[in-house]
Amino acid sequence: MAGRITDDDVAHVARLARLGLDPDDVQRAVAELGAVLEHFADIDALELDAVEPMAQPYPLTNVLREDVVTTSLDRDEVLAQAPDAVDGRFAVPPILGDGA
Amino acid sequence: MTERWTYEGFEMVVGLEVHVELDTATKLFSGSANRFGDDPNVHIDPVTLGLPGALPVLNARAVELGARIGLALGCTVQACVFARKNYFYPDMPKAYQISQYDKPLNIDGRLALSDGTVIGVERAHLEEDTGKSTHLGGSGRIHGSEGSLIDFNRAGVPLVEIVSRPDIVSPDQAREYVSELRAILVAIGASDARMEEGSMRVDANVSVRRPGEPLGTRCEIKNVNSVRSLGRAIDAEARRQVALITAGESVVQQTRHWDEGDGRTHALRSKEDADDYRYFPDPDLVPFVPSAEWIDEVRSALPPLPAKRRAALAVLCGVAADTEAVMTVVERGQDAYVAEVATHGADAARALVHVKEAFAELGARPGVPASDLAALVAMESSGAVTATQAKTLLGDLIDAGGGDPAALAAQRGFEAMDDGELVALVDAAIAAEPDAWQKYCAGEDKAMGALVGHVMKASRGQADGKAVSALLVSRRS
Amino acid sequence: MSTPSTAIGIAAAVRSGSMSAVDAVEQSLERIGASDGDIGAFLTVTASSARDEAAAIDAAVASGSDPGPLAGVPIAIKDNMCTRGIPTTCASRMLDGWLPPYDATVISRLRTAGAVIVGKTNLDEFAMGSSTENSAFGVTKNPHDPTRVPGGSSGGSAAAVAAGFVPVSLGSDTGGSIRQPAGLCGVVGVKPTYGAVSRLGLVAFASSLDQIGPFAGNVADAAVVLEAIAGHDPGDSTSIPEPFGPLGAAVTRGVEGMRVGRITDLPAGADPDVTERFEAAFDALADAGADIVDVEVPAFTYGLTAYYLIAPAEASSNLARYDGVRYGHRVAAPDTDAMYVATRTDGFGAEVKRRILLGTYALSAGYYDAYYGKAQRVRRLIADDFARAYTHADVLLTPTAPTVAFEIGAKSDDPLAMYLCDTYTIPSNLAGHPAMSVPFGTGADGLPVGVQVLAPAVGEATMFAVGAALERAMGASDD
Repeated sequence: MAGRITDDDVAHVARLARLGLDPDDVQRAVAELGAVLEHFADIDALELDAVEPMAQPYPLTNVLREDVVTTSLDRDEVLAQAPDAVDGRFAVPPILGDGA
Repeated sequence: MTERWTYEGFEMVVGLEVHVELDTATKLFSGSANRFGDDPNVHIDPVTLGLPGALPVLNARAVELGARIGLALGCTVQACVFARKNYFYPDMPKAYQISQYDKPLNIDGRLALSDGTVIGVERAHLEEDTGKSTHLGGSGRIHGSEGSLIDFNRAGVPLVEIVSRPDIVSPDQAREYVSELRAILVAIGASDARMEEGSMRVDANVSVRRPGEPLGTRCEIKNVNSVRSLGRAIDAEARRQVALITAGESVVQQTRHWDEGDGRTHALRSKEDADDYRYFPDPDLVPFVPSAEWIDEVRSALPPLPAKRRAALAVLCGVAADTEAVMTVVERGQDAYVAEVATHGADAARALVHVKEAFAELGARPGVPASDLAALVAMESSGAVTATQAKTLLGDLIDAGGGDPAALAAQRGFEAMDDGELVALVDAAIAAEPDAWQKYCAGEDKAMGALVGHVMKASRGQADGKAVSALLVSRRS
Repeated sequence: MSTPSTAIGIAAAVRSGSMSAVDAVEQSLERIGASDGDIGAFLTVTASSARDEAAAIDAAVASGSDPGPLAGVPIAIKDNMCTRGIPTTCASRMLDGWLPPYDATVISRLRTAGAVIVGKTNLDEFAMGSSTENSAFGVTKNPHDPTRVPGGSSGGSAAAVAAGFVPVSLGSDTGGSIRQPAGLCGVVGVKPTYGAVSRLGLVAFASSLDQIGPFAGNVADAAVVLEAIAGHDPGDSTSIPEPFGPLGAAVTRGVEGMRVGRITDLPAGADPDVTERFEAAFDALADAGADIVDVEVPAFTYGLTAYYLIAPAEASSNLARYDGVRYGHRVAAPDTDAMYVATRTDGFGAEVKRRILLGTYALSAGYYDAYYGKAQRVRRLIADDFARAYTHADVLLTPTAPTVAFEIGAKSDDPLAMYLCDTYTIPSNLAGHPAMSVPFGTGADGLPVGVQVLAPAVGEATMFAVGAALERAMGASDD
C-alpha cells in the first residue's frame, strides 16, 4: 500500500468509473488521493491475516422471499422520467463495447 | 464418441459455460414477473430498473432450483455469497450484475456422457440476467447501428451459470454434453432450456495444442444458437487457431462471435481497456447458508435423471441405452408410459418402437390409455394383425384418444390371413408377373417388389408384407 | 395557552382535537416561508400536499378514527429518501428534477403515523460530506451563525429543526451525517442500530454503513419518531428481525447504577472548548447516579482509515447506476460510452468524483486485498474491541465532533481536514452500533457543542436513558 498513486493509476480508475478527467483534474486527483492514501499508512502496519473480514455489521443469513408476483411500477410514470424513450423502450445512442 | 478431434497434428481443449434461465414465477431479486413475450418494460420495479434506493431480496424458489441443478450434477452445495460484478452496459440497470464469485452455491460436479466419459463441472452459480437491446438502423446488428432501444423485462430474471472444466475434446462431445445437460435440466423442472429461445445460452472456450504440450491460448465463442451450430463453431474456431499457429502467428485471447451465415468466428471490436470487474460481496444481501436437512430435502425431491431412466427403459425393452428409440422416448418423458404399457403384459420392445414412431406430438402423458396400446401390441405379437395393420390401428387409437383395438380391427375388416390364402395370392402374383419372377429367380432381389406389390393390391393391403417376402424367398430357393 | 412546539405536544393536541393539524402545518410553512431564505435548509417545500394531508388528519380525528402517534406533526425529510412524485435530488445535478415512482419505507411509515411532510432538505451531494457545502444547489447556513456550516451531510434537516421550522426531521448517517450536524446545530440526532430502520428507498451511499434516523429538539421527540420508522422490513435484506425495545420508559428512567465508559485511548484532536463540555457531561452523569468507568477501544483510532476505504468503495459501485440511460441527467453523445463519461463528469460534483475514484481504486485488481479487504478486517477489530468494552460499560461517551461549527469555506479545500470531522462518529457505523448526539452547552463564540452517547447493537433504550439524563442536566424544558 505504501506506493504513491500515479497519473496512470488515476487515469485507469477514472476510465473504469467512466469519469472524464482533463490533465489538471488528474494532477489534482493524484495529489488529493495521494494525501488520503498516505494517511492510510496506519492500517498498513497492522498484521491482520488472522482476522476475518467483516462485510456486514449484523450476521444475518438466509433472508428469502416467496416466489410470488408483486405489482410492477407504472410504465408511463417511469418512462416519463426517462431521458429518451421510444415505443415503450429506453433509447440510447449507438452502443460501444460488448458487454461481458 | 471417444474419438478425439485432431487436425494437422493438433488437438482441441474445450470448456463450456452454459447459462440457463430458471423456471420461476418472479425475478431473482424482486417480485416482478419472469415472463417472456409481453410488451416491453411492463415487468419493472425499482430493482429491475436500478432506481435510486432499490434493494434486492433473494427468491427462495430460485435458490431451490439452483441447488437442484447442483445436486443433479453431483455438486457439493455450500454456503454462498452474492457478489457484485461491476461494468457499464446499457442493458445493465445498476451498472453491476449481482452474481456469485468466490463462494458459489454449487461446486465440483460432473456430467457423464453415454460412453462413460465424465466431463467435470467446476461450478454452477446464481446470477441475474440483463435487459435486452434492439439495435436500430441497417442490419439490426450492433455494429453501425444508429442507436438502441432497451427493454428491461428480462433484467433480473434468475440464471444459473454452469461452468464445465476444460475436459471436452471434440465438437461431438460438446454437443452431447449440452444435449445431456438440457435433458437433465428439463427432467428436474429447473428450466425449459431452449437454445433457440434463449433460455439456454452456450459459450465455448476453445484452445488447441499439440498433444503433450501445455494449454494454448483460448478464445471465447459466443452467439451460438443451436446444438448443431455449437459443433460447427467449435470446429471452425479450432481450425482457425491451428492455421494461425502453423503459420507462425499466435492466438490472441479474445471473445469471438459465431456467424452462422459464413461459418466462421469473428473478433468483436476489441475493448481498449481490460475488464476489471472489481468483484466484492454485495453489502445489500446476506449469505445463503443451506442446512444439511434442506439439502437432503432438495436431493430427495429430485426425480430420476435421464441417464438412469434410459438405463431402466433399456433393461425393460432388452435394448441398448444409447439407441435412438430409448433416447428419444426418455427425452419426451414417455418412458413411464412405456413401462405402464408393459405392466399390462405387452412386449415392451414393440411398445417402445410404436411410442417412438407415433407419439412425437403427444407429450409425457399420451392420451391413449396404456391398456389400449398394450392390447394392440398383444394382437400384433400374436399375429392377429400385421405390423402394417397395427400402425393403422395405432393411428385410430391416437385420433380417438383410445379404444378397443380388436373392435377397430374388425371395423376395418382387418383379419389375419391364413397361410392357404397367402400361398394362393403368391402363386397368382407369380403367374401374373412372369418377367419379374424370372428376374427375381435370376438373383435380382429388387424384382421382388413388383410381386409383393401385386399381392398387396390383390389383398387390398391385408396381406402381411413380411410373410409374403418370406414365401417368395423360400419359393426361389 | 402557547401552541405546542414539540412533536409529542403537537401530536397530543391534534389527537385530542385541541389543535388542528392544518394549524400545526400552517405554522411550520409560515416559518419556513419567512426565514428559510436566510438559512437555505429546504430544496423543496411541499406546501400544497402538506395542507391536503393535514386536512385529512383533521378529518380522521373528527370521524373518530386513530390518526396515528405523530398526527399532524410537520416533518422535513433529507432529500436522499424517495418520495413518490416529489423531487428527490440528493442535492446533485445528476437527479435534478427526478420524481421517484415509489416511496421509501420510512416515508410510508411516517404517513401511517400521521406525520405531515412539509419538504425535502439540503444535504452534501449523495450524502458525501461533513458540511453540506457539497450540495449542487447551495449552502445551508447554521441557524446559530449564518457564516458557519450546519455540518453534514444532513445539514438541511439539522438546520430545519434548529431554526424551529419543524420539530423533527429525518436524516441519514453513514459516518456521522446525522450526529455531527446535530452537534453543530445544537439539536438531538440519532443513528440507530444498523438494520433497525429500513434502507428501502434511501438512496444508497455506503450500503453496509447507511442508516436513517431522526433529528429533534429534544430526546423524547427523537424517540417517538424513531419508534415510528423502525422495525423489520422484508423489502430490505439487511433489516434486522427484532430491533430495540420500547423507548418511552427509557427516556424517563434515569441512569442510577449505569456504567458510563470513558475511552482512555480515544484519538486526541478535540478543541479545548469541546473537551470542556465533554468532561462536564461525565460530571453530570456521575451526579445523576452513574458510575464512570475507564475502558479501552484500541482500534477506534483506525476507524477513519477503514471508513474512507469501505465507504467510497461501496459508493463507487452504488453510484455507477447514474449513467444517463433510464432516469436523471443525460448529456447527449455519439455513443453510449461517450454518453456515460459526459453525463457523469457533468452530473457529479468534485467530492463525489473524488470518492468514486478512491473507491474504485480500493476495489481494483491488485489493490483489493491491501485496501478494501484490509479495511474489512479492521472493521472486525473495531467491533471486537467495542464488544470487550461493553462487558465493562453500558454506554460510552465521546465528543460528537472535534470542533464547533466552522466557517463556510474553511475546510472545503482540504478533503482530509474535512474527513477528520468524523473521527468520533465513524466507528459506530463500522460496528453497526447505535449512537446519538445530545446538545450539551456551548463552546467558542457561543456555538453548540454535542456529546455523543454510544451503545451496543439494539441498545437504544439504554442510549436514550443516558441521552435524556444529559438533557435533563442541561435543563432543557419541554411542554
